[in-house]
Order: sequence, then structure tokens, then C-alpha cells
Amino acid sequence: MAQPHASDAAHHDDHNHDHHDQPATGIKRWLFATNHKDIGTMYLVFSLIMFFIGGAMAMIIRAELFQPGLQLVDPVFFNQMTTNHALVMIFGAVMPAFVGLANWMIPLQIGAPDMALPRMNNFSFWILPFAFTLLLSTLFVPGGAAAGGWTLYPPLSLQTGDSFPMLIFAIHMMGISSIMGAINVIVTIMNMRAPGMNLLKMPLFAWSWLITAYLLIAVMPVLAGAVTMLLTDHFFKTSFFNAAGGGDPVMFEHIFWFFGHPEVYIMILPAFGIISEILPTFSRKPLFGATSMIYAIASIAFLSFIVWGHHMFVDGMPLAAQLFYMMSTMLIAVPTGVKVFNWTATMWRGSLSFEPPMLFAIAFLFLFSIGGFSGLMLAIVPADFQYNQTYFVVAHFHYVLVPGAIFGIMAGVYYWLPKWTGHMYNMTLAKTHFWLSAIFVNVLFFPQHFLGLAGMPRRIPDYAVQFTDWNMVSSIGGFAFGLSQILFAVVIIQCVRGGQKASSLVWEGTHPAGLEWTLPSPAPYHSFTTAPEIP
Amino acid sequence: MISRPFKAAWARALCVAALGFAATAGANTSNGYNLPVGVTSLSRDIYALHMEVFWICVGIAVAVFGVMIYALVKFRHSQGAIPDTTMLHSTKVEIIWTIIPVVILVVMAIPAAKVILMMEDTRNSELSIRVTAYQWKWEYQYMDAGEGVDFFSTLARDSNFARQLHSGIDPKTVPNYLLEVDKPMVIPSGTKVRLLLTSQDVIHAWWVPDFGAKRSAIPGFVNELWFRVDPGKEGIYRGQCAALCGRDHGFMPIVVDVRTPDDFKKWVLEQKAAVKQAAAPSSEPPATAQVLPKAP
Repeated sequence: MAQPHASDAAHHDDHNHDHHDQPATGIKRWLFATNHKDIGTMYLVFSLIMFFIGGAMAMIIRAELFQPGLQLVDPVFFNQMTTNHALVMIFGAVMPAFVGLANWMIPLQIGAPDMALPRMNNFSFWILPFAFTLLLSTLFVPGGAAAGGWTLYPPLSLQTGDSFPMLIFAIHMMGISSIMGAINVIVTIMNMRAPGMNLLKMPLFAWSWLITAYLLIAVMPVLAGAVTMLLTDHFFKTSFFNAAGGGDPVMFEHIFWFFGHPEVYIMILPAFGIISEILPTFSRKPLFGATSMIYAIASIAFLSFIVWGHHMFVDGMPLAAQLFYMMSTMLIAVPTGVKVFNWTATMWRGSLSFEPPMLFAIAFLFLFSIGGFSGLMLAIVPADFQYNQTYFVVAHFHYVLVPGAIFGIMAGVYYWLPKWTGHMYNMTLAKTHFWLSAIFVNVLFFPQHFLGLAGMPRRIPDYAVQFTDWNMVSSIGGFAFGLSQILFAVVIIQCVRGGQKASSLVWEGTHPAGLEWTLPSPAPYHSFTTAPEIP
Repeated sequence: MISRPFKAAWARALCVAALGFAATAGANTSNGYNLPVGVTSLSRDIYALHMEVFWICVGIAVAVFGVMIYALVKFRHSQGAIPDTTMLHSTKVEIIWTIIPVVILVVMAIPAAKVILMMEDTRNSELSIRVTAYQWKWEYQYMDAGEGVDFFSTLARDSNFARQLHSGIDPKTVPNYLLEVDKPMVIPSGTKVRLLLTSQDVIHAWWVPDFGAKRSAIPGFVNELWFRVDPGKEGIYRGQCAALCGRDHGFMPIVVDVRTPDDFKKWVLEQKAAVKQAAAPSSEPPATAQVLPKAP
């Protein structure tokens, strides 16, 4: 990576690249990729494919729930769909999308030539297609795929058929991939920042990923431990979670949620970073309270380790524990509030324009806040006894994950896509995609609050007739939201193929906080072969 | 944020609406889009907490979203807004908007903590029922005054036929589709009932929204919950299993028949008589069985 590139910066201008500056041709470019941009692209394409596969499962769920009675699928298959929809969306769509964005943007933002560990980067991506082929193939083995919920609570998860060891192995592979990706992010940020870029000068997206990477390293091994204990309980007669053998099924819940709660912040913190990049650009004004934003992300990350019990209030818990988890959970509202207020202050007295990334960022602000409010309600222990395991919870976490994490990803893609491809995309089509998504995501998920409060449990394939109306509304919203996402793929494909040339700043209001905007669009195959100067 | 009388008025209006709806919809007191007020002191406390937190959230949302919308309208580039690039941070403002949420949270946490203390107080119960969950049915074993009464409760036949894949039966024609059982749990009103929950296989959860009562039934554990249905609120209350428990998770409803204490006593006597009657003929066959081998 170091030696022959000293003169590259000069070569970029006259497009006279030496052979190191050209990608390899054909399949080798991708199979043996060590370039952060190629690997980032593969991550993003992979996650888009998974987004559509997980989405197809959601369509089956919403189709079955369109009206009471079982019309389409057997309850076992329905449970397989809910379980695998979650696994595919969490581990296949959201997490790889953020890793893809990290691969593309962190070296560009901090002025590094590439990720610090390019071969490991290749390995961490290429594990994923195998992991998900294995996971999705479980749908076709005797006994079917896992149907006990993505939380894998024993003893139910131990009733899974032949697919059980495949599921566990797939989860191990995903975990290894995530940990390697996280190590790469940390090593890159810690060692490869351009001279003069101290940590507090670092762009917010890189910051949010640095913290996320520590969360990943802390909790993915915990998940690995939990599922390994499930595996030995199933095949080697251990009794970690088997009450009849002196084990404890609730212990699994504790271990799982010690992973699971930081996991939900792994899926949202990078989105916070993206929003913190986009709002200043389209407000033509620097981020308000950048330092307190960093502290807020760090506080949320810390709190994420001490709130896991709030997933388990109804499972029986000492009084003191209930009080502790209620208070600690409510505390999360404070740094989250600081972030929302800072974002609002960023827009205040700005000069706002509404290009697609900004539209998604604004929708994020409003709709993520709604998810935050229902989260606050869920923290209230006595009320949680009514909400827990109902559609109210489903509405809550879909509000923070779909118009939260996924809108954050889409905002990021629309923001940086011209930097990646060198072309502007079809703004009208992208705005249509935005409006359809923003409207139908609410038609899809808002009625689920009502369903939950009215008493509909989650994870059921059929329901009492009084829940019919809201389920129909929700399903219609679901189909429309799902179809709208095809536009997203169309916009991206068109933009890759061609379009109006993008400038190096891309956006009129770009405030060059990140070094990505000092490069031409598209960013050259090897960027920053000599470290840039930070004023 | 919102004055108490205003909040109380809203809560009352919603209660009235909910109860009005309940009169037509049987004993399910949810109005179709909100929590039921319910028929126990706990369910009412939960409802009050829920509405309090809800209105606080609405208040915050109106304030924050209001400022955002104002900014979106007022500071548009297309209207020639000039950005104020000197606005970088303000320690004073940031401290204020850290402190205010903390205060609001404390205001929410104190009443919530009081209700938790009440929920956990299972002392002095007057009737205990041991609830055992199975894939996919409930077993109710009465203790105290109901000692000896023990039966299973499963999905009613009508619902069970209609819920089969491609059954061709319209669920709307089935009374209480998926919320009817063959034999409901019977309890007396005005009595502190304690449930002792456990499971024989996987984790289930017993939930009747109108009682504000939900707790997991976990193999190897005994979880407790209690409720006291208000006198005068006798009737049928329905709920469902609330923890994914496998194939028929959606098909193990809970029905509780609340009767006056006198009617409950009668019911217990009937049950005990029925048990005796069932036991009586069964004592004969062993005798004949002993006789039979001697015959040849």
C-alpha cells in the first residue's frame, strides 16, 4: 500500500493511472478484493439483496395477517417467516449495510488510503454470502427453518428440526464477520487518520462507527457463547438452559439480551452519525454541539450495557431489578434527547433545501422520535406488563429500525452515491421513493400501536376478528412500502450506469467537514496515497 | 406540560368511550385502539400510568416537532434564508435541555415505582390457583377453597375447526373466534386471587388485559401474579398466550369466568361432585379385573 504511490495524487488529474490504480478485471476483482471501495460496494449490494429477501418474508407475514383465519400458510411456516425475517433483516440487511458504508466512507473521511487490514476485510465480507446461504437453506431441510423467534429462547428453540446446527453455525459465521469488520474499523480509525485530524475533529459518521465497533467486539462473543450453549444442550446433553437438568431457561434470556440490547444500538448509532453528516450539509450550517453529540453517542453506548433486563420484566424479576432496569432505561432518553435537540438546533437559522438525503434525514428525525416515545412508554414497568409481547412492541422496534436505521442507511446512500459513482441520480425518482416510503411506513406501522394496545399478541398467524381492520390497513401499507423499495434499486442502478456528472463537493451546501469532499467524484480507486494536510 | 384536570378529563372521556364500547363488545373493555381500563385496581393504575406517559410524550412531541416544523418552513433556502454559521454550540442551552428531560423522567418514574410495589405484593391472597402451561393448553389446579378442582382449558371446537388452513369457515361467523375455550377458569369477584405459573415444556405467558395481569410461565420456575376483580364486574374476560410457544401459539386462549363469591362456592361444589361421580364408576373395573383372571 505504501511505496509506489507517492506520485499518484498528481496522476489523478490527468487520468494517467499506473497499473496499481486500476481494479483487476472480471470476477477476480471481487473475489480477491482488498480495496475498501470494492468491498464496501459488495457489502452494500449484499445488504440490498438481503433487504429484498427479508422484505419478501415480511410480505408473506402481512399477506397472512390481511384477514382473520389461515388462508395462505401453515402456522409453522408463519413462525419460520417471522424468525427468519428478523435474522435476515438484522444480520443480513442492516448490519452489512452499515459495514459497507463504513468501508466506503471511513477511509475517505479520515484521509486514509484504505482500511488498515484489507485481507481481513475481504474475509469478513466473503463469510457473509456463505453464512446466509446456509441460513436460508434451512428453509428446505426436514423440520424447516428455525421457528422459535430470532431471540432463540430455549426450550422452544431446541425443538427446531435438522436445521438447528445449521442455524447456529450461520450465526457463528455472521458473528465472526462482524467482529472482523469491527476490528478493522477500530484499527483504521486509531492508526490511519491524516496527520492533524485529532479525534475531536473526526467527522461524526466515523465517530459513531468507532463506538459501534467497540459495542460489536463486546457483545458478538456473548451471542456466540449463548448459541454454543444451546448447541451443547441440544446435542451433548448439557443442561445450561434445561430446568429438568438443573439448568435455567431464564439465564439464556439474560445472556441473549446482554448481547441483544447493545445490538439494537449497533443498528442505530451509525445512522445517528449519517444524520449528523447530512443535516449540516443541507442546512448550510455546521453541526450544533458536535462535541456533545459525541458524548451523547458514548453515553448511549455505555447505557446499552446496563438495560437489558427491560426485555424480561414479565419473566419474573426481583423488585430492585425491576426498578433499576426501569430507571436505567429511562436514562437513555436523556442523551437521545440531546441528539434530537442538537439536530433541531442545526436546522435552526440554517438555510434548508430538501434533496433526497435531507428528506430521509428529516423523516428520520420525526419517526425515530416516535419510536423513542414508545420506547419510553415501554420502560415504565407496570405499563410494560400490558405492552410486552404485543404488537405495540412490534410497532416500537419497527419505528426505530425502519424509519430509523433503514432510513438512515438510505439517507447515507443518497448522500454519498454521487461521490461513489461520479453521477447525480434521478432526483424525481428518488423523491418519489422518499414520499412513498415515508407515507406507507406509517400506514404500515402506526396501526400496530393500536393493535397492541387493543390486545393483539405478536408472532401469531391468526387473530380474533376485532383486530381485522387495523391489520388490513397495516398489510396494505406493508405491500405499498415493499413495492416502493423497488424504486430504490432502480435509482441506484440508473446512477451506476450514468447520469449528470457530479462535482467534487456534490451538494451545493456541502460543508467540507469530512475529507471525502476534497476528492473528485467518483473517488479514485486509490485515494489519499499521500496523507492530506489538515488545516 | 399538561394540567392535571385536563388530563383527567381526557382519561375520563376515554374511559367512558371504552366502557360504552364494552357494552356492545362483551367484556373486552378495549375500545379497539387503546389499552382497556380493565376491572382490577392494577389494571386501572396501569391505564392511568399509560395515559400519563402518553400525554407527556404527546406534549414533548408537540413542542419538539413544532420547533422542527417551524424551522423547516421558516429557514428555507428557496426563500432566501441566510445560514447563521456562527451557531456552533451553547453550553447553557445544552445543560438546560439535559436537565429538563431528567426532571420529566423523575416525574414519570415515581408513580410507576409505586405501582410496581403494589404489583409485587402477593401477600394475603384468598385463593391460589396453580396454572401450568403446555403446548398448547392451560391447566388450572385450584388450591385453598377450591382444593381438588383441576382441569385443562383448550381452544373451543368451533374456533379450532375454523382456524384450520383452508377451512372455508368465515371466522366472523364463529362466536369469539380464537378467544373461546372448552372450559374457562372460574374465579370469585372481590377476592385476591394469586396465580402460580409454571410450564411443562416451553415458555408461555398468561395474559388477561382486563386484569392488567401478564406473567411468563417458565419450566422450572414458579412465577406469581395477583389480581382482585372489582365486585359487580362479574362476567367473561378473555386473553391469550403472550409468549411464542411454537406452532399453535396463536391458538391457546385464556377465558376467565368471574362470578360472585357465592356462585363461585356453588361452582366449586359442583366440580367436586363431578369429580367424585367420575371417580366412583372407575373404582368398579379394577374389582372386575381381579375377578376376570379367576374365571377360566
